[in-house]
Amino acid sequence: MSLQLKGISKTVGGETWIDDVSLTLEPGSFNVLLGLTLAGKTTLMRLIAGLERPDRGRVFMHGRDVTEVPVRKRNVAMVYQQFINYPSMTVYDNIASPLRIAGLPRREIDRRVREEAERLHIDHLLDRLPSELSGGQQQRTAMARALVRDADLLLLDEPLVNLDYKLREELRAEMREIFARRRSIVVYATTDPLEALALGGNTAVLQAGRLIQYGPTLQVYHHPATEHVAYVFSDPPMNVVPGRLDGEVRLGDSTRLPLPPHLRQLPSGAYRFGIRPSHLSIVRRSEAEVAVPARVVVPEVTGSETFIHVRHHDVDWVIQQPGVHLLPIGSGVTMHLDPARLFAFDPAGRLVAAPEPWAAGRV
Amino acid sequence: MRIRYLVLLAYILFLMLPLYWMVNMSLKTTAETLTTFSLVPKSLTFDNYRTIFSDPAWYSGYLNSIIYVSLNTVMSLLVALPAAYAFSRFRFLGDKHLFFWLLTNRMAPPAVFLLPFFQLYSSVGLFDTHIAVALAHMLFNVPLAVWILEGFMSGVPKEIDETAYLDGYSFPRFFLTIFLPLIRAGVGVTAFFCFMFSWVELLLARTLTSVNAKPIAAVMTRTVSASGLDWGVLTAAGVLTLIPGALVIWFVRNHIAKGFALGRV
Repeated sequence: MSLQLKGISKTVGGETWIDDVSLTLEPGSFNVLLGLTLAGKTTLMRLIAGLERPDRGRVFMHGRDVTEVPVRKRNVAMVYQQFINYPSMTVYDNIASPLRIAGLPRREIDRRVREEAERLHIDHLLDRLPSELSGGQQQRTAMARALVRDADLLLLDEPLVNLDYKLREELRAEMREIFARRRSIVVYATTDPLEALALGGNTAVLQAGRLIQYGPTLQVYHHPATEHVAYVFSDPPMNVVPGRLDGEVRLGDSTRLPLPPHLRQLPSGAYRFGIRPSHLSIVRRSEAEVAVPARVVVPEVTGSETFIHVRHHDVDWVIQQPGVHLLPIGSGVTMHLDPARLFAFDPAGRLVAAPEPWAAGRV
Repeated sequence: MRIRYLVLLAYILFLMLPLYWMVNMSLKTTAETLTTFSLVPKSLTFDNYRTIFSDPAWYSGYLNSIIYVSLNTVMSLLVALPAAYAFSRFRFLGDKHLFFWLLTNRMAPPAVFLLPFFQLYSSVGLFDTHIAVALAHMLFNVPLAVWILEGFMSGVPKEIDETAYLDGYSFPRFFLTIFLPLIRAGVGVTAFFCFMFSWVELLLARTLTSVNAKPIAAVMTRTVSASGLDWGVLTAAGVLTLIPGALVIWFVRNHIAKGFALGRV
C-alpha cells in the first residue's frame, strides 16, 4: 500500500506550481508537507488525491498507475483547511455518508460512526447540523468523516489553521493518537514547524513547487538540507549570517568565535552560518557561550516568550528568550551564542555542517 | 409616530383599492356595476364565479394556462440546472461570452420572436399546443434561470463537490442529495420567476394558440358580446387569475427574501 509519485509536474496559466516532484510514501506512515504559503502544498495534495491531473509524471498506488483513475475510485479521504461538511445533513449523516455510499450494513455504519464520533469527542452533537457547531466541532466532523472509512490515503490540508489558538492546541494534541494504529498513508500539510515537530513522522519540505528535502522529521529538523529548509523549519526563522572560516569562525566582518568541533573538518572560505533563535540568549547559560554585543531593534512579546529583534553590524538577528523582556528600543544588549550550535551553509545555501543535536545537552 | 402609520395605511389603501374594486365588481351583477356606485355589493351574487366554473370555455382557459406555465417552469429548471452548474464549476472556451450572450436573449422584446415562432410552429404542427407556448417562453426563462442559479451555485464552495467525489458519490447522486438541497432557495426563486413570466406573458401565448391551448388571459379579452362587456364575469375571472400567482408567492416567500439577499435577482 505505498504511494509513489514519479516526476510530477503541474503548470497553471504558464506558471509552474509543482516542479518534478518524486516521492515514495510508505504504508502506515505519517508525512508532513512543510512549506510556506504558495509553496505548492495544496496543489501537490490535490495531485496526490486525483482532484487534479499532473501535466507530467505518474502517480502509483500499490504499484498500480492511478494517474488517470477518477477520484471517486481511489479510496482517498481529505480534510480541507475550510471546514467542509454537507450543510444539509446532520453530523451523524455527514460521518455516515461515505459508509452509506460504500453500501455497508446499517448496524456496521452505526457502530463505526459512533466509535469515530466518540474518538473525536463529538458524540453528543450527532443530531446537530454543521451550521450549529463551533469551528472546532465542524472540523472534527470533517475529520471524522475522513477517518471513518479506512481510506488508503488520508490527506489533511492545514486542518488546524482556521481554528483559534486554544482549539488548535487541543486538536493537535489529540491528532497523534488519532493517527496512530492506522494503516493508511497520512499526508498532513502545514506551514507551522511546531506542528510538524509535534506530529512527528516524516517531513517533506516544499519550496516553489519543488521538493527540497524528505526524511524523518527530526532528521530534517537537525540537518536542514538548505538554508530555505532551515528558514521554514524554525519559528521564528533561523538567523543566517554571512561569514568566513579561517581557523576560527568569523561572523560578518568582525565577530570572531572559536572553531567548534563540528566545523573543524571544513576547508577555509566563505560560508553562511545559521543559528536558531532559541539558541541565542541574553543571559549566559554555559561556559562555551560567546558574548556578542548588539542593539535592540524591537522586543516582540509572544505569550511567555519574547522574540528580541536585535542588530549587530548591519545584520538582523532574532533572539527567542523565555519570559517577558521589554527592553527599550535602541538599547545595547549582549547576546550569548554557543559556536557548537552553528549550522554552516555554503554560499549557495546548501548545508555543509550541522551541529550535533546532543552536543550541548539540550535539543 | 402616528403620522407614519397613517402614511403607511394610505399607501396600503392606495395599493388595495383596485384589487378591492375588482373583487367588489365580481360579486355584483353587471347591471348593478353599470347603474349604481356602491362600495359593497347591494345584491351579493356568486353567479359570475358559477359561470366560470361551469362553462368549459372559461375554466379550460385556466387549465391551459396552468398546464403550459407548469410545463415551462419544469422544463426551464431542468435545462437551466445543468447549464448553471457548468457555468459555475467549469472553465471552458468562451464561457464568459456564452453566459452574457444567454442574457442578451432577454433584452429583445417578445414581439420580435412572434412571427418566427408563429410560422415555425404552424409548419411543424406545434401551433395551438401547450408545449408550443412553454417552449416559446423558455427562450426568455432559461437565460434568467441560468443566471439566477449560477449565482447560487457559485456560493457553494467547490470543496463540497470534491469532498463528495472523494466520499465516492456519483455525480447524479451528489447533485440530487447534496447539491440541490444547498441551493433550494435558488431553485425556489428561479421557479417563481419562470412561473411569473409565463403566467403574465400574453402576446406569445395568445398568438401561438387558438382553441385547444388558449390561455385565460386570451379568453378574458373575448367576453365582448353584442350586449357589451360582461363586467361581472370578467372581474371574477380576474380575481381567479390572481390566485395561482398569490399561491406561488406564498410558498416561496421565505426563499424569495433569501434569494434577494444571496443570489443575483
